[in-house]
Amino acid sequence: MQQPARIRDGIRAALPLAVAPFLFGAAFGVLALDAGLNWLQAVVMSATTFAGSAQFAAATILDDGGGAAAAIVAALLLNARYVPLSIAVAPIFHGSRRRRALESQLIVDESWALAGRSGRFEYGILIGVGLLLYVLWVGGTAVGTVVGDLLDPEAIGLDAAFPALFLALLAPYLRSRRAVLTALAAAVITLVLLPVAPPGVPIVAASLAALIGLRR
Amino acid sequence: MVFKAAGPVMLGRRELPPRLASVVEVLAPAMLAALVVTQTVGGDRELVVDERLAGVAAGAIAIRLRAPLIAVMAVAAAIAALIRLL
Repeated sequence: MQQPARIRDGIRAALPLAVAPFLFGAAFGVLALDAGLNWLQAVVMSATTFAGSAQFAAATILDDGGGAAAAIVAALLLNARYVPLSIAVAPIFHGSRRRRALESQLIVDESWALAGRSGRFEYGILIGVGLLLYVLWVGGTAVGTVVGDLLDPEAIGLDAAFPALFLALLAPYLRSRRAVLTALAAAVITLVLLPVAPPGVPIVAASLAALIGLRR
Repeated sequence: MVFKAAGPVMLGRRELPPRLASVVEVLAPAMLAALVVTQTVGGDRELVVDERLAGVAAGAIAIRLRAPLIAVMAVAAAIAALIRLL
């Protein structure tokens, strides 16, 4: 029987990912400056939201001249996926409500996906990965606002690294036929909705593909 | 913030009912697949096929070859960056 993972195992698991959230955080910092936020607002946003896609979506909307309301709705829609995610992960958290509320802030796509790799969600992995990524994300944002436009994430191909990461995390699930069907359905839903729906909606809609799980 | 806390604060240690549990079980592949698609071909309310697709394809090969995570990401980034340079 395996030992439950410790937090330091989580940190170790996150090390290969370390560069990406730092650089992405820096990219967000640059983008936020462009969108008219100051460095403090950008850092606070990263510190309280800790969700790359929601933050990027909100920042690009502001950058394109959209209103704050649209940016907030987009961020909420993108973060809506954290409700089912956090429910899926819920059993591994213990302690007082306040502690659980705080620790659950470390749930992010990577910490959740890595924590689930062994088949059951591992608390140590989630907290360890979440902590490391959080520090890097917020730190990266701060550096980004300072460095300004010296950084070009696309020149380094960073925008291909993250989807590749998610693909790598998806791969182990594809051993079950039901998972393959669900993934395909989710991909189709996303592809169809991307050109027509506002940012964030395709991802939330794609989660409906999980209803395939209801079929015995 | 509230969304992330929703699960752990509300449910604590209680298990999910079985039908709900089997939906949650496939939620991961659904969300991951959606994230792959949006981050690969997602544009500003449009599908954009660019160097990212090549990068992710290269990453897929690396995954097939059982390369470690960091190598997969590095390969994907390198291919995308290289193609962009050309």
